[in-house]
Amino acid sequence: MSEKRFLFSGFGGQGILFAGKFVAYKGLMDDKQVSWLPSYGPEMRGGTASCGVIVSDESVGSPIVSNPNILVAMNLPSLDKYEDSVESGGMIFADSSLIERKVKRDDVKVFYIPATRLARDNGVPTLANMIIVGKIMKELGEFEGDSLNAALKKVISAKHADMLEVNLKAMRLGAEY
Amino acid sequence: MADKVLMKGNEAIAEAAIRAGCRHYFGYPITPQTEVAAYMAKRMPKIEGGVFLQAESEISAINMVYGVAGAGFRVMTSSSSPGISLKQEGISYLAGSDLPALIVNVQRGGPGLGGIQPSQSDYFQATRGGGHGDYHLIVLAPASVQEMADLTIKAFDLSDKYRVPAMLLADGTMGQMMEPVELPDSVDTLKVEKPWAVTGTQKKREHNIVNSLYLAPEKLEQTNLERFERYKAIEENEALYEEFMMEDAEYCVVAYGITARVSKNAVIAAREQGIRVGMIRPITLWPFPKKAIADVTDKVKAFISVELSMGQMIEDVKLASSCKKPVYLCSRVGGVITTPEQVLETIKKTAGGNE
Repeated sequence: MSEKRFLFSGFGGQGILFAGKFVAYKGLMDDKQVSWLPSYGPEMRGGTASCGVIVSDESVGSPIVSNPNILVAMNLPSLDKYEDSVESGGMIFADSSLIERKVKRDDVKVFYIPATRLARDNGVPTLANMIIVGKIMKELGEFEGDSLNAALKKVISAKHADMLEVNLKAMRLGAEY
Repeated sequence: MADKVLMKGNEAIAEAAIRAGCRHYFGYPITPQTEVAAYMAKRMPKIEGGVFLQAESEISAINMVYGVAGAGFRVMTSSSSPGISLKQEGISYLAGSDLPALIVNVQRGGPGLGGIQPSQSDYFQATRGGGHGDYHLIVLAPASVQEMADLTIKAFDLSDKYRVPAMLLADGTMGQMMEPVELPDSVDTLKVEKPWAVTGTQKKREHNIVNSLYLAPEKLEQTNLERFERYKAIEENEALYEEFMMEDAEYCVVAYGITARVSKNAVIAAREQGIRVGMIRPITLWPFPKKAIADVTDKVKAFISVELSMGQMIEDVKLASSCKKPVYLCSRVGGVITTPEQVLETIKKTAGGNE
């Protein structure tokens, strides 16, 4: 994939925008061209949230991700809404502790991660998002390397520096799942 | 050069304005540009002489802008479409008093209260003046977060240089998206003497008066004529645009801001299918890059205006090309954004119909 088009989707409050921001910064640290575009609107905790991230070798044209090659669905409405939009040959990462059904498509690679349950069982209840991000990084072969840490430092403000290790732990949980 | 950071377009505007020497921001919150005000609220109080004030209304904010501009300082306000309509009286007064200032419009769908999703349907309002009277604003249309910053700085410079208020015309996508931005630590901005500013005479000079009221018709006519001399100079010297794959193009897409980004994908896809298409992206909407359009008019078979309106910029394309070639419209409105596929379809249809 010379151009990765991520679509992160789920409930507001699941850290959808944060996960996207991390992936965008990861791209930036790897000297890629990146864009990050959130859905915005009268949304609130419990409503739907999504954001599109493009990481590319070339300059980014349209920042709107309408046919992702990597979809993250953290709840059922998101999978229902975006499953068909994924490019053939792309990947879907689904939080299987919140989504009971299987993905219908057979032309995409699907990864079921019980992220919400893993997060709860491992004492990082708010970081299901980063568990999935860890899994994505692993599958893309990008879990190693300095840019991962560097990107985390960019998205976690100095004030919350104690959260660095916790986020890394969550990502490791995903990578090793 | 400073580090590359990811910033929202709205934040990039605010930070660039501060680096351009703007120390006064007046505004009233409205989606999708509230981050401009939020950023200013956080930063301004920490800067020497920095003023952030959330006014009680848009009308109040634009009149505060008038006051600070009259005193000769760099000043700005920002809003989104319905809020910009409220500011029009004040903008006309700024224009009539020849005051430099920056007005940011992060457009959303209209008319009326409309919606909060991105739109480009304030093109006429921005490029034709917007309020009453004969006047123009210098209108700049960024197509990336980097340009949100760069054109903010440019807008302040041009506005000071010509004593004409400037507008940054963006849209919800540009405001909300994050991209890498490089902001120089010290910005090389134009330093313009403002001997007309009302700064107190200290009994050393005559009073300066900043006003747009002229009851003698001949005098008022004179101010209009003089102002249009400056507009002429702006039209001659300041039109900006970018060409993309235009060298051998038979079809020319014209698009600005977010639609230029979308159209770029479509142009690349059409090229892959063997269609010789290129794009002209106006960076200044007023002055409109007429010459760039006129120069390619004899070479291309047709133009396609891609915009998030029912067809506003298309009129400028028709005027600039003297209607010598057909101009087609490709648009979505109401907060819906054209897709690369839709633009590609329009390009293919245009090329098919002109074989």
